[in-house]
Amino acid sequence: MTYTRADFQTDQEVRWCPGCGDYTILASVQTFMAEMGLPKEKIVFISGIGCSSRFPYYMNTYGMHTIHGRAPAIASGLAASRPDLSVWVVTGDGDALSIGGNHLIHALRRNFNIKILLFNNQIYGLTKGQYSPTSELGKRTKSTPFGSIDYPFNPISLALGSEATFVARTVDMDRTHTQQMLEAAYRHRGAAFIEIYQNCNVFNDKAFIQITGKEERLHNRIDLREGEPIVFDGGAKAVVFRDGRCEVVETSSVDPKEILVHDPTREDPTIAFALSRLSHGPFGPTPLGIFRKVIRPTYEEQINRQLLEAQSRFGPGDLDKLIKSHGTWQVSG
Amino acid sequence: MSDETATIESPTREIDKVVIRLAGDSGDGMQLAGARFTDASALFGNDLATLPNFPAEIRAPAGTLPGVSSFQVQIADFDILTAGDEPDCLVAMNPAALRANIGDLRPGGTLIVNEDAFDERNLAKAGYDSNPLEDGSLQGYRVIRVPMERLTKEAVKDTGVSGRDVLRSKNFFALGLLAWLFHRPEAPVIEWVEKRFADKPEIKEANIRAFRAGFTYGQATEAIKVTYVVPPATLPPGTYTNVTGNTALAWGLIAAAQCAKLPLFYGSYPITPASDILHELSRHKNFGVRTFQAEDEIAAVGAAIGAAFGGSLAVTGTSGPGLALKSEAISLAVMTELPLVVVDVQRAGPSTGMPTKTEQADLLFAMFGRHGEAPLPVLAVASPSDAFGMAIEAARIALRYMTPVLLLSDNYIANGSEPWRLPKVEELPDISVPFASKPNSPDGRFLPYLRDLHTFARPWAVPGTPGLEHRIGGLEKEAVTGNVSYDPANHQLMVDTRAWKIRNIANDIPPVEVEGDEDAELLVLGWGSTLGSIRAAVRRVRSDGEKVATAHLRHLNPFPANLEDLLERYPRVLIPELNTGQLRWLIQAEFLKRCDGLNKVTGQPFRVAEVEEKIREILKEAR
Ligand SMILES: Cc1ncc(C[n+]2csc(CCOP(=O)(O)OP(=O)(O)O)c2C)c(N)n1
Ligand code: SF4
Ligand SMILES: [Mg+2]
Repeated sequence: MTYTRADFQTDQEVRWCPGCGDYTILASVQTFMAEMGLPKEKIVFISGIGCSSRFPYYMNTYGMHTIHGRAPAIASGLAASRPDLSVWVVTGDGDALSIGGNHLIHALRRNFNIKILLFNNQIYGLTKGQYSPTSELGKRTKSTPFGSIDYPFNPISLALGSEATFVARTVDMDRTHTQQMLEAAYRHRGAAFIEIYQNCNVFNDKAFIQITGKEERLHNRIDLREGEPIVFDGGAKAVVFRDGRCEVVETSSVDPKEILVHDPTREDPTIAFALSRLSHGPFGPTPLGIFRKVIRPTYEEQINRQLLEAQSRFGPGDLDKLIKSHGTWQVSG
Repeated sequence: MSDETATIESPTREIDKVVIRLAGDSGDGMQLAGARFTDASALFGNDLATLPNFPAEIRAPAGTLPGVSSFQVQIADFDILTAGDEPDCLVAMNPAALRANIGDLRPGGTLIVNEDAFDERNLAKAGYDSNPLEDGSLQGYRVIRVPMERLTKEAVKDTGVSGRDVLRSKNFFALGLLAWLFHRPEAPVIEWVEKRFADKPEIKEANIRAFRAGFTYGQATEAIKVTYVVPPATLPPGTYTNVTGNTALAWGLIAAAQCAKLPLFYGSYPITPASDILHELSRHKNFGVRTFQAEDEIAAVGAAIGAAFGGSLAVTGTSGPGLALKSEAISLAVMTELPLVVVDVQRAGPSTGMPTKTEQADLLFAMFGRHGEAPLPVLAVASPSDAFGMAIEAARIALRYMTPVLLLSDNYIANGSEPWRLPKVEELPDISVPFASKPNSPDGRFLPYLRDLHTFARPWAVPGTPGLEHRIGGLEKEAVTGNVSYDPANHQLMVDTRAWKIRNIANDIPPVEVEGDEDAELLVLGWGSTLGSIRAAVRRVRSDGEKVATAHLRHLNPFPANLEDLLERYPRVLIPELNTGQLRWLIQAEFLKRCDGLNKVTGQPFRVAEVEEKIREILKEAR
C-alpha cells in the first residue's frame, strides 16, 4: 500500500488548543502510518478520555474513543479476538496511570500485541489543569494550591515493573525520534509501551524544556542507542552501572570500558530499570529511546495455540455431543 | 458384614415423590453425593429438581454450624417444579448438620445419622448441651443410627487409602444406603467413580467399596423395615439430561455463537455464583470459544466491548457486585450501539451480602443502573434448563438490535438442576446478522449511524473491512454520520431514538403465556427462579377447584406486548419475588395497576406452601 499522510486525516475539525503537543504527535503518527504502508482498514486506534484520547477521531482508520482509563482493557479484548489487526492505544497520564492503572499493568504483563502511546503532559488537560500521577512534588495546580504532596509515578519504571516486553520514551517535539520509536514498537511482536512527553501549553507549559530547549537539551537529553556506549552532553558525560544502579559521571573521569553499552534486549530488566531511575521526571539528564525490547510469546499467539490444540485433540465443536456429554436418558411416547 | 447378619427382605412401598436432603460438613462431600444421587435418579427416569446450599466460607471450622453444607433433591413420578418444601428424609453426617437442618424435616420423616460423629466435642461445637440421639428430642422422627465412620473404615481397609482419606469415602457409604433405601440403580454411581478416579485407583476402590458397604448395610440392618420406590415420571418423549443453570447457560452461549455464525468471546472475573460459567466455557476451546479472565469486572466488560467491535459474539458474566463495576462500560455499549450480552447471576446483596444465597434483588439495578438515559433489554432465566434458550434469545436481541442485553439468572438457578429435554440442534434458530460490507451512502461514504428502518439498528462494520473505516465512542453521536455532536436537537433525537429502539423490541418477543383460569379473580405474576414454586402453588390451589391464573415473564424490558391487556383482565395481581418488590414497582409504575406482593429475602427460594398460602389468602379476601 502506498499512502500519504493525507490518507490518514479525517474530515473532523481537530479540537486541541493551538500549540498543543498533541498536534505534533498526530502528525508524527500519520506520517509514520503512511510510511509503514499497512492497510488502514487493519489499523484500530482505541483511546480513553482526556485531550490526548481525542486522537482516534483524527485518524482515518478504525477507532474507538471509550471511557476513562479503560482503553487497554477494550484493546485487549479486540486483540484477543482479532489477532490480524494492528491495535493502538492512545492514553494520557491521568487516563493510563490514575483511573486506568490497573488495566495498563495487566495489558503489559499479558503481552497483548497492542501498542500503547502514553501522552504524558504531567497534568490533567481536559479537566482544565489538576495535578496528575506524574506531576512533580510541590506542583501548584487548581487542586493543589499549596503544592502537590503526591509522590509521582515514573511511567518507565512502572512499565518495566509490569513485565512489559517493550518500553520506550520519546518527546513530541522530536518527530524523527517519535517516528523511530513508533516503528520499533510496531515491529515488536507483543505489547509496546511508549511514553511520549507532550507539552500542554495551556496548563503545564514548558514542562519538558530541559530536554526540548535548544540549550537545555544539549546537556540533558540522553539518547539510548542499541549497541552504543551511553554518553551525552556532547560526549562530556556518560552513564555507568555501579553498585546496582546507573550513575551519570564525567566521561573523562572513567575508564571508557566502564561506560554502559546500551542493550535493551537483556532478558533481565535490572539495568533497564536502573536507567529509568536516572530521572524521576524531565528535570535533568533524562534518557530517551528504547529501554527494553525482549521477546515473549504474545497472549494472542497463546490463545490461538490453545484453540488449535483443542481442535486437534477433540475435533471441531459438536453442539449435539456437548449437550449430551453429561449422560442422557430416553423417554418414549 | 459378619456372616451372622442375614439379609432382611424389606417390604417396598411405591410413592409418587420424595424429598431427600443430605447435610454434613463442607468437607464431607455432600454436594458430590447429592449430585450422584440426582444423576442416578435422572437416569432412572424420575422428574427431579435440586437445591444445593453451601456455606459462604470455603473453610469454615469443621463441625460448626457455619460449616454445614447441604444438598436437597426432590424426585417424583410426575412433573414437579421445585426441590420441595420440606425433606421427607434427612441424612445428617454430624451434630451441626443435624442442628441446622432438623427443623425442616417433615414430622415423622426419616432421619439417618452418622452416630460416630456424635461425640462430646462435636456436640459442643454444634451447641448441643445433651446428645439429641439420647435425650428423646428426636422422638417425632424415624431415626436410623448408623455407625458410618466405623463401617466405612472397615470397608476401605486394604484398598491402600490411609490417614484422612479413609473417612473421605463416608459420603459414598451414605449414598449406598440411600441407593438401597430408594431403589436407585447402582451402575451410574459406580461408572461415574470409575471414570472420575481412573487415575487414582486406591480412591476409586475405596469409594466403590464404601458405596457397596452402605448398600449392603441397608439390606442387612433391621433398622430399616421399609424401602421406597419412586417410579419413572411420564415426561414428554425425548432425550433428557440433567443440567444445572450455569452449565445450561454456558452451553446456550456456545449454541448462540453457532446460531449467529460468530466466534464466542467471554470476558469475566471470578465471582460466586457466576464463576462456573467461565469454568465451563474455558473447557470448550475446540468450539473456538475465547475466554478471558480479566483483572476486574471493568476490564472483563471492556474486553467484551472490544471483542464486539471486532465482530465476536461478546459476553461478560458476573454477579451483583461485578455488575455495579460494569455499569459505566455498559453505558458505553449503549452509546456505541454494540451487541453485548451481560449475564448477572444474582446473589443476596447488598455489597458482599450472602454470596452463596439466592435473591432477585438486582432487577431494578439491571433496569436503571446506568448514568444518563441508557435503556437496554432485560431478560430473565426461569429455571436451570431454561438458561440454554434464554442465552440464545439474549444473543438474538443483542445482535439484531445492536444493543447490550442484560440476562438475569440467580444462585438457585445457577446451582440447581433439573431434567432437560434436549433440543434438536439443527432446529435451533438462525440468529446471524450480516456485517456491513460496503459504503451505505450514495456518495460512497460509510455512515455508521444510518439505521435499519425496521429494527433501528445501526450497521455493524468490523475492522478489517476496507472502505468502512470509522470511529465510534462515548461522546454523543450525530444521527446518521456518527460524528461527535453537541447539538441540542440532535441529542434529543438520539436519546429518543435509543429509547424507541429498545421499546420496539416488544413487537419481536413472544407474548407472555397464561396458565390457569381465564376468568380467575387473581393472576400470579412472576419472573426468574420463582417459576417452580409459583406454578406448583397455583396447581395445588386449582386442584381444589379454585380459580387462579399465572404468568411468568422472561422479558422484563421491554415487557411483552400483551402484558397490559393481561393485567387488565384480572382484578387482582400477586407478584411473588425474592426481593422487596422490584417487579411490582415496575409494573405499578408502568401500568398504574395496584398489585399485591409476596416478598422474601432470606437467601432461600420460596416454599410452595408460602406462595399457596398467600394465594388462598387473596382469594378469600376477594370473595
Ligand atoms: C469516570 C470518569 N471520571 C472522570 C472523568 C473526567 N476526566 C476526563 S479526562 C480526565 C483527566 C485526563 O487527564 P489525562 O489522562 O492526563 O489526559 P489529558 O487531558 O492531559 O490528555 C478526567 C479526570 C471522566 N471523563 N470519567
Ligand atoms: S489543555 Fe493542554 S493538553 Fe489539552 S488540548 Fe489544550 S494544550 Fe493540549
Ligand atoms: Mg495529561
